[in-house]
Amino acid sequence: MDISAYKGIHVFCEISKGNIIENSLELLGEATVLKSKIAHTPEVTAVVIGYALDQYTDLLAEHGADRIVLIDDKKYQDYRPDFYAEALAQTAKKYLPEILLVGATLKGEEIGPTTAMMLHTGMAAHCVELNIREDGQFVQVVPAFGGKVLGDILCPNFRPQMASMKAGLSSKVTFKGKEAVVESFSPDVKGFGDKIEIVEVIEETKEKITLGGAELVITGGFGIGTQEGWYKLEQLATKLGGVTGCTRPALDEGWTEHDETMIGTSGVAIKPKVYLGFGISGAAHHTCGIKTAGTIISVNKDPNAPIFDVSDYKVVGDWEKIVEALIQVL
Amino acid sequence: MSLSIAVCVKPVPDSDHYDKITIDPKTKRVNRDGIPTIINTMDKNAIEAALKLKEEHGGKVTVFTMAPDSAVENLRRVLAMGVDEAFLCSDRALGGADTWATSYTLYKAIAKAGAYDIVILGNETEDGGTAQVPSQLGEWMAIPHMTNVLSMAYDGEHKMTISRKTDEGSIKYRVALPAVFSVVRETNEPRIPNVMGILKAKSKPLTIFRAEDLDVNPEFIGLKGSPTQPGDIFSPDMSRKSEVISGEPEEIAVKIIAEIKKTGYVIG
Repeated sequence: MDISAYKGIHVFCEISKGNIIENSLELLGEATVLKSKIAHTPEVTAVVIGYALDQYTDLLAEHGADRIVLIDDKKYQDYRPDFYAEALAQTAKKYLPEILLVGATLKGEEIGPTTAMMLHTGMAAHCVELNIREDGQFVQVVPAFGGKVLGDILCPNFRPQMASMKAGLSSKVTFKGKEAVVESFSPDVKGFGDKIEIVEVIEETKEKITLGGAELVITGGFGIGTQEGWYKLEQLATKLGGVTGCTRPALDEGWTEHDETMIGTSGVAIKPKVYLGFGISGAAHHTCGIKTAGTIISVNKDPNAPIFDVSDYKVVGDWEKIVEALIQVL
Repeated sequence: MSLSIAVCVKPVPDSDHYDKITIDPKTKRVNRDGIPTIINTMDKNAIEAALKLKEEHGGKVTVFTMAPDSAVENLRRVLAMGVDEAFLCSDRALGGADTWATSYTLYKAIAKAGAYDIVILGNETEDGGTAQVPSQLGEWMAIPHMTNVLSMAYDGEHKMTISRKTDEGSIKYRVALPAVFSVVRETNEPRIPNVMGILKAKSKPLTIFRAEDLDVNPEFIGLKGSPTQPGDIFSPDMSRKSEVISGEPEEIAVKIIAEIKKTGYVIG
């Protein structure tokens, strides 16, 4: 593989319920930062796969895309992982990007590694940080053991260097009035043909909670103990004007159905001004999701709870009494 | 038609003991001494899904793993759940593999062991958590593959109807076999081996494959065959000042609110 032939940064931009997702816009922002660190200032290309895509071009340009490649066809209206991955791989074969970024969404986690296989290249999953080393190498920092360990990943001999990143870890950048070159591309995509048939697409009616932009996040761990306890946290969140995020125990115990609000390695990373944690022990896979929070305040009856080490303020005591007092005082 | 089902599993360090993980500052290796190795949680969901299909349609469930020889113990436990046969790919040459090289090795082991209608995996592991092996295995095998599978039903006509989670809800697909599916925690409740199962497991076939037993390209296995290469590793320092707030609950509440306001957050 002649790696010097590969130039440019591609960002696979995903559409969900008619909108480009935040994660994709953040990755475009990340791509513009990487571009500024690479000597030959590579072009940033947004690759969009779907149906009726013209409406998105201004938004993508204003978030950093120099070029926009639209793969627009009715066959991409509903999600076929084989079609999407093949379309993305063919785009990379045509444009030869040195870097290809994908959101670590349920689709991205499937399309990304499939595309990497089709291109015979490496992919680093769930990166928490992306960097360009002094020698020009693209460094992808990935978590292991629930975030307890971070490791650099390099892809020295294959291109594109692929990485996925969860929402909330990089920042959007806006360039008012910026324009981009818009191109359409119609790759010949066969996928697995009629070996896969879509029977039914079910859109969840349950409203989704977004922790991404939340300025105050309240959450509780196993220590909350009951459904009633969880309601109390939600009541406090409402009083404070914040949002309730959840933990694995809260999901497993069925106190909340909002799995999209799970914080940590297998959930989302958040950066609120304030994080309030009640009855949280502080396992690494949770705390690595709150690394960039402004002020961390936690309440736990166990004085040795690991959450205290990563907190700005700690209260050793009964979470319920503190929550009740907060509700009363407010 | 009865089903021949392959399940891929991974022995991982028990996440309840992650606090014991350290990094040797000299060798830059992860030290996991004293941490028990267990079968990855979602892989148990994969085994359960396979056993259910076998119970309903008849057939055989075979488990594959790539791990050191010590994984024999983990595999006995898997056999005790009701799995019929196990294959362990264990060789120094396979070490340090990324998802690309891991899925290649599993593909070769599966091809060596037999022909399978369905391959089931856990969607992701607890240690690495990349969620990449299922899709990449499917690509190596050149058969349809789907991740985040919530439920699966076999229609008897060599097709599976599966429901898979998406960011918007779910999609139901009909997929022709052979195919690869990866399942999540919500898929089922894995069974716990009983005494009978544990006794039976002792006499079930368990084969160890060395690299030379598999028809592998030596350029495609282990660290050498991995497109991604590890660099520096470190343990992030996330410690903060941990200042104590104390007093009666009301006093604490007032102090907490004061700290919230200091951040510039506007309450309400």
